[in-house]
Amino acid sequence: MSLDLLVSHYNYWVVIFLMMVGFYILISRGNLIKKIVGLNVFQTSVFMLYISMGKVSGGTPPILLPGEEGVLYSNPLPHVLILTAIVVGIATTSVGLALAVRIKEAYGTIEEDEINAIDARTEAAE
Amino acid sequence: MSAHLPILQVVVPLLAAPLCLFLKRGRVAWGLAVLASWAALAIALALLGQVMQEGVLSYAIGDWLPPIGIEYRVDIVNAWVLVIVSGIGAVVSPYAMTSVEREVEAERIPLFYAAYLLCLCGLLGITITGDVFNVFVFLEISSLSAYALIALGRHRRALTSAFRYLIMGSVGATFIVIGIGLLYVMTGSLNMADLAQLLPEVWDSRTVKVAYGFLTVGFCLKLALFPLHLWLPNAYTFAPSAVTAFMASTATKVAVYMLLRFFLTIFGAPFSFDVMALDRVLLPLALVAIASMSLVAIFQVNVKRLLAYSSVAQIGYMILGVSFATVTGLTATLLHLFNHALMKGALFMAMGCVMYRIGSVHISAMAGLGRRMPWTMAAFVAGGLSLVGVPLTVGFVSKWYLILGALERGWWPVAILVLLTSLLALVYIWRVVEAAYFRDFPGDEATREAPWTLLGPTWALVALNLYFGIDAGRTVGIARQAAEVLMAGISP
Repeated sequence: MSLDLLVSHYNYWVVIFLMMVGFYILISRGNLIKKIVGLNVFQTSVFMLYISMGKVSGGTPPILLPGEEGVLYSNPLPHVLILTAIVVGIATTSVGLALAVRIKEAYGTIEEDEINAIDARTEAAE
Repeated sequence: MSAHLPILQVVVPLLAAPLCLFLKRGRVAWGLAVLASWAALAIALALLGQVMQEGVLSYAIGDWLPPIGIEYRVDIVNAWVLVIVSGIGAVVSPYAMTSVEREVEAERIPLFYAAYLLCLCGLLGITITGDVFNVFVFLEISSLSAYALIALGRHRRALTSAFRYLIMGSVGATFIVIGIGLLYVMTGSLNMADLAQLLPEVWDSRTVKVAYGFLTVGFCLKLALFPLHLWLPNAYTFAPSAVTAFMASTATKVAVYMLLRFFLTIFGAPFSFDVMALDRVLLPLALVAIASMSLVAIFQVNVKRLLAYSSVAQIGYMILGVSFATVTGLTATLLHLFNHALMKGALFMAMGCVMYRIGSVHISAMAGLGRRMPWTMAAFVAGGLSLVGVPLTVGFVSKWYLILGALERGWWPVAILVLLTSLLALVYIWRVVEAAYFRDFPGDEATREAPWTLLGPTWALVALNLYFGIDAGRTVGIARQAAEVLMAGISP
């Protein structure tokens, strides 16, 4: 793999790095809030993937001005798509945080291993 | 009016959902939910009739013509799935009134129906749309409302199961969106029919194969294929009974539909089976899911959890049909989508009746219930027989076509495994039957039969189980036609 490939595709390396960081946090952390943060980083990497792929080299922002025909524009569609995905991400985060609040009220903790231990104890008692 | 049916299919529940929020009284919100879900069923049936007469329907939203605008495209495959989803929605919503009043706090009931209609809207939207990004949007609408619905369960473990489902479901949806993005990079299109035309030119590129991989994992998470099923058992166990009945019969079915639509219509059967070897990936997973989850189900003491593990095994049967890579195999898959929705709907609704009267669904608590609640337990037995695959029930029809598909490929060990695992289903259903009919009732003498508002919808599904088990001609005809459409790919 040449250095050239590394440099010219740097946006993909950023995306892959963020994705793996987010995924690792999601899997390895037991704290529910940290899990949500991990999920957020994971989703953000996909936003970056979409946004960077809409960029056309040398392209300007896609705004049509009078008298300027034939100008090279960046592709605005991936940006619009990801706007929707960002809204979805916010909704997911807020539902997740709301659940975390209610879990804290019901269990008194948001650590996954403690929650599992409480569940195991109540199940044994039943 | 009839030209706008495809958009009405989604818009009716979508608009009814926020209206539920403004209705302060639970019963009024319930009435609206019943009306909206029945309207959705009527539209789905009308669409199915139209598609069977006139062929593929294409609806350009806002008159923006495809492939630029969003297209709703209805063929026999998604018209069939629309009928399944809206049919279950229409049966569960009347059932929900009594069940939800018992299991959800009064001030949250209008919220329950808002989330229920949003979930229905999302599932119908995934099914009807002809635009891949639209699939993701509707997927998130249905998933987010599903997390909220599950979290409404009485037990505090409903919250942790909803949280786990949220994490795994979001990862699955994000994988799907990565796959869609990579497809867009390669083709510059999001329209399904357009993608199907453009993709063969770029088959060889690694990007398309990576997209395929991301999509596979995403769909398998959503449809709870072993070993990605971990979110499902707890979510089904602790959700309110009406939610479990609805989700178990619709959500995973729509995910199976997504898999079929993406891999057979968009990528095409030649790419999926010859280049990517999808059949060889799915076959072992399906077999392990069927065998291991049926065994796990036998050892459960909570009947809802038992049925949830059985659901994972049944999803294995559906995926097994796909892995045959033949028209007969896909016919079995599409038949089992419908048939499993009928039987699991009936079984979970019977459990809702038990929950309503005795407040528990543990096998030990159900001792002697066959005499106290004869109609409820009879519904459970009928649904259970259907699950096992006894002749004259829908389960038999699905198993018949699965075994036919296996023999057609010459895979007789698979056919034997299907028969053997049906016996495992008999074992776990029998454990409940044994407790309900052959043990003495220790509990409160005042325990009576469940109210007719619960029994009515339950028995409606049981009746459909028997009806389509005896008169299978129509369902098999539609499923076969749909399977042929899927195998042939999109018509230019």
